[in-house]
Parts: sequence; structure tokens; C-alpha cells
Amino acid sequence: MNLVVNGVEHDLDVDPRTTLLDALREHLGLTGAKKGCDHGQCGACTVLLDGRRVNSCLILAIAQQDTPITTIEGVDHPVQREFAAHDGFQCGYCTPGQICSAVGMLDEVSRGWPSAVSRDGADPLSDAEIRERMSGNLCRCGAYANMVPAIREAAAQ
Amino acid sequence: MKTFTYRTATDVSGGLEPGAAFLAGGTNLVDLMKLGVATPDALVDVTRLGLDEVTELPEGGLRIGAGVRNSDLAAHPLVRRDYPVLSQALLAGASGQLRNMATTGGNLLQRTRCRYFMDAAKPCNKHAPGSGCPAREGDHRNLAILGASEHCVATHPSDMAVALVALDAVVNTSERSIPLRELHRLPGDDPARDTVLRHGELITSVDVPPLGLPSAYRKVRDRASYAFAVASVAAAARVADGRVIDVRLAFGAVAHKPWRALIAEEALRGKPATKESFLAAADAELAAAEPLRDNAFKLPLIRNVVAAVLEGLTS
Repeated sequence: MNLVVNGVEHDLDVDPRTTLLDALREHLGLTGAKKGCDHGQCGACTVLLDGRRVNSCLILAIAQQDTPITTIEGVDHPVQREFAAHDGFQCGYCTPGQICSAVGMLDEVSRGWPSAVSRDGADPLSDAEIRERMSGNLCRCGAYANMVPAIREAAAQ
Repeated sequence: MKTFTYRTATDVSGGLEPGAAFLAGGTNLVDLMKLGVATPDALVDVTRLGLDEVTELPEGGLRIGAGVRNSDLAAHPLVRRDYPVLSQALLAGASGQLRNMATTGGNLLQRTRCRYFMDAAKPCNKHAPGSGCPAREGDHRNLAILGASEHCVATHPSDMAVALVALDAVVNTSERSIPLRELHRLPGDDPARDTVLRHGELITSVDVPPLGLPSAYRKVRDRASYAFAVASVAAAARVADGRVIDVRLAFGAVAHKPWRALIAEEALRGKPATKESFLAAADAELAAAEPLRDNAFKLPLIRNVVAAVLEGLTS
């Protein structure tokens, strides 16, 4: 199968059962995306598929041939700098997923997508909005309090 | 995961060999395959069929392609303007990542389930017909209170479907058109089947007729975000001269299917738009409820959410 990851084309000979996450980690050596729950519940495996954030653990690699995939290794975004500046992590395991998710989320906000807590005319990046929009990413260290301002400040850049 | 072959569908005519399954976003199917609960021999990918547009119907209303992603549908300007209940239901469901993959057709066809169904090692009449239903005596706090059977008390987890069933949506397949209200089944003595679709029948689009009523979705869950409903209500209503002249109600997380509350609607039509009327209408619908040991709390919960949503829409 053919995968396009971080702008590089790869020709892989893998079983159809291989998830995108396993293809990235085990076959391409891109271990930034993490296998947390492996069931789409924790967000540690988040990557960008054609620019949209998705759970790579629930996607079959064979179904995404020729779709541009961006992993944390291919991300260059103010969110990364602001996570470091705000201490937006402790152990770091969820961080690649948090950052890919935040990059995708900020793009959703820029396109005017609402969230479950959006109100007409209200700030789409209030604390409540960021928390709702990022609820697909869990952090067992509980570094959420520092991620929220990190994401908001990245959005301003 | 059991081994399978993969191919992409080339047209919308449907049809599958025995043991094959359609693959769309995969957020439920791939998960079930990992768990050994779904064991297809072949996957036929339907995401490249171009079924990804929302168009206006000539007589009003919308046609939603089966491949439209939940995130795109929730953000669609016409959905947000004319069907807030649908946009709100979609945004209440899953996470940003899952909504980006999940499709309209796939959301409808996600499995009606409970924790025993999701565990291939446990008895379950849904994944192993005849093996029994541990949920009746076990963990059923979030399971059905309406329309269940001794064989299955699982609930359909979709938020989107609750809104769409309140909107009188019609499901178009490769073979026919089916009112969404009739797509999903009650478990009866054959809980393995969630819907009336035949093997190989492909959902191509969902039609939503014009509404012309204010509408809203309210979801109650155990945490503030990214959790299945414990109870939810989709509602649309209009009041004139203090009386309810039109109303739609549907409940989520109460049954094996998205539950259109026709009895409550009938009880409410023409009645004063008061909290007492709203509660009485909910009671009329819930009169048939048969709660289990640990889920009777859903009765007052649904009742109060019905009143709260209708008060919000009519005040």
C-alpha cells in the first residue's frame, strides 16, 4: 500500500489489518503518535488526515492510501512552543496527540465550526470552549490547566 | 483481529457477498473488529463513492449524503440555521477526532450495544444468539427502559439519530426509502439485528423534510463532554395563544433504537404550554417503561429534561 506521511511517499507491504497508528509506529518508525487505549477514547494517537484531526488507532491504513497524513514529526506550529512555555505537560505521553488535536481544532475554529458549548457572538476560544473542543484528548497527569492558556496563546499568533 | 480482504466500492448499487461488510469512517466497526465482536471476511470501502454532499431538496429540506462526516454536517450553515436540534445533537456526540471520521450512514449503523456486547468473552444474545443476557442482572444502569426484551436491553448510542428521528428523516438505500423511525428494530427475540436493512443494502443518503419549528437537543451524561448519553431529548415545538400547536419529541439512551415519543406528542398537541402539560406528556410516553433494578432513575430524568427543553423552546 501507498502512504503519504509528512510529505513523503512510502510503499509498504503490510497486512490489511494494520491500523494507521501501527503503520506509522511499527513500519515507518514514526513513534510520536502514541498507543494509549487503542480504542479511540484517549486521543494519544491523534494525527492529521488531510489536515483534520483523527484517531489513527481506529483507521485502517489500507483505507487511507494517497491521503496526506501529518504526524507530530511533521508539525511546525506555535502550539508546540506554547506547550513548552506554559508547561502544558508532565510525563509527555499524551502531548503529541494533544498538540496534533490542538492544531486541528484551531483550524476548525478558524473555519467557524461551532462546538457543543458555543453561543452566538461568544469567544470560540474561551476556557470552556477549549476544554470542550479538546475533550477527545485525555491527560492522566492532569496538565489541562496549563494546556488551555497554551492553546489560546498559540491561536493568537 | 480476524483477517479480511479489502476493496473499494465502485458504485452505489450495494450488494455484498456473505460475511462481507461495508466500511465507512470505521470508528465503530474497526473498534468492534479489534475486540473480536465483528468478524467480517471482507471490507468494502464506501468512502470514495462521492456520497459526501449536503444538497437542498426541490420541495424544501435537505438531502444528506451517507458519507457526509458528522463534523461537516454539524457545521453546515443550513443545518445550523434550520435544524439546530441536529447540529446540537451531532456536537454533543463523541469527540472532535471521531466526528471528523464518522459518517451519516455509519452513525446510523453503529451497533446498538452495551458492555457485554463489546466483550466477546461474555454471553450476549446480540453477538452470540442464545447465550443469554448478563445485563439484565448485571450492569444495566445505562441500558433500556423502553421496548426492551428478555433477550436484550442494550441502547442505541447515537445522538444524531435521535435528532433525525424527531425530524421525520427518511433513509434512502440502494434498494428503497425507509422512514428513519422504521430503520432500527426493537430487540424482540432476535437482538442480533439492529436494523431492518438486508445484507448488502447500502445507505446512500438521508432526507430531512422542512421543519419550520424552533428545535433543540439536550443531553445528560455522567461527565460534561465526550460520553454517551444517560438520557437525551430532541424536541421541536411551536406555541400559539399559549397552546402547543405543533411538537416533535424523541428520546435517546432509553431503548434499542432512537425513540420517537409519539404518545407524548399526541398528549401535548392543543394543550397549554405549561410545565404541567410537558410533564404529563412525558408521563404518557413513559407509562410503558419497564425499568430494571438500577435504571429507574431515567424516568424522572427524561421527564425533567422534556420539561426543561420544551420550556426553553416555548418561553
